[in-house]
Amino acid sequence: MDLSLSTRTEGDRTVVMVGGEIDVYTAPKLREQLIDLVSSGQYHLVVDMEGVEFLDSTGLGVLVGGLKRVRAHEGSLRLVCTQERILKIFRITGLTKVFPIHASVDEAVAATD
Amino acid sequence: MALVELRLPPLAVHVRTARLVVVAAARRAGIEDELVDELRFAVGEACSRAMGLHARYAPEQPVRITVDDGPAGLVVSVIDEGPAAGPVPDDPSAGLLDDAAQVDADSDLELVDPDLALALVTGLVDTATVDAGPAGTTVTLRWPLPVPARGPGATAISTS
Repeated sequence: MDLSLSTRTEGDRTVVMVGGEIDVYTAPKLREQLIDLVSSGQYHLVVDMEGVEFLDSTGLGVLVGGLKRVRAHEGSLRLVCTQERILKIFRITGLTKVFPIHASVDEAVAATD
Repeated sequence: MALVELRLPPLAVHVRTARLVVVAAARRAGIEDELVDELRFAVGEACSRAMGLHARYAPEQPVRITVDDGPAGLVVSVIDEGPAAGPVPDDPSAGLLDDAAQVDADSDLELVDPDLALALVTGLVDTATVDAGPAGTTVTLRWPLPVPARGPGATAISTS
């Protein structure tokens, strides 16, 4: 699989670091990870997309699914992304209005709005 | 003769195969670097859509992808045998945020929303055309190719 995932906690947030390509073949792995985190009571997630080389609509769908799951528990899902080619995909789908997108993990972890 | 013609079984892993081969063929044909990301994304969406439809409606049939270069530039076609394409929604994200669309998928190809994928392709690529019929749909994407420059010594033959 061309997708790498690792998690760590920072205070009351869980940071999920994603690397590689998120497409229809690899998106289920990310989906499973987000489901597992919510099932184990982690409702404030930061998804670090800085290592993501490719993202398509199935990847976006999995992120939206994750957002809905945490919101059902009054949680949050924030993204870290400075790569223009990945930001562009959020922009053309209008999802920049849906996800808080931060320039660094530190910024995302500190955000409270 | 097409530059490349692929027949890929409708498996999620092969969406990446299609992206890799089409990008390689496009680079070989001389496509400009700044168009590669758009090409990769659009071909990926079109293939995801086609494979999602085949997995549901024609699992024994391969999805066909052709890459041609010609006077019209680079032409990539993704051909499926699924049911005709629905109307293209104006807002590509409408499908993503729709609660009804969040299916708990058993198979990865069920994660694909074919109408969303098509909306993204046609929204992103101005030249995209969609030819839908009872036997399936052909999504055709075009990108310009730079005209090769002719240098002054291009046809000189040394005779010594």
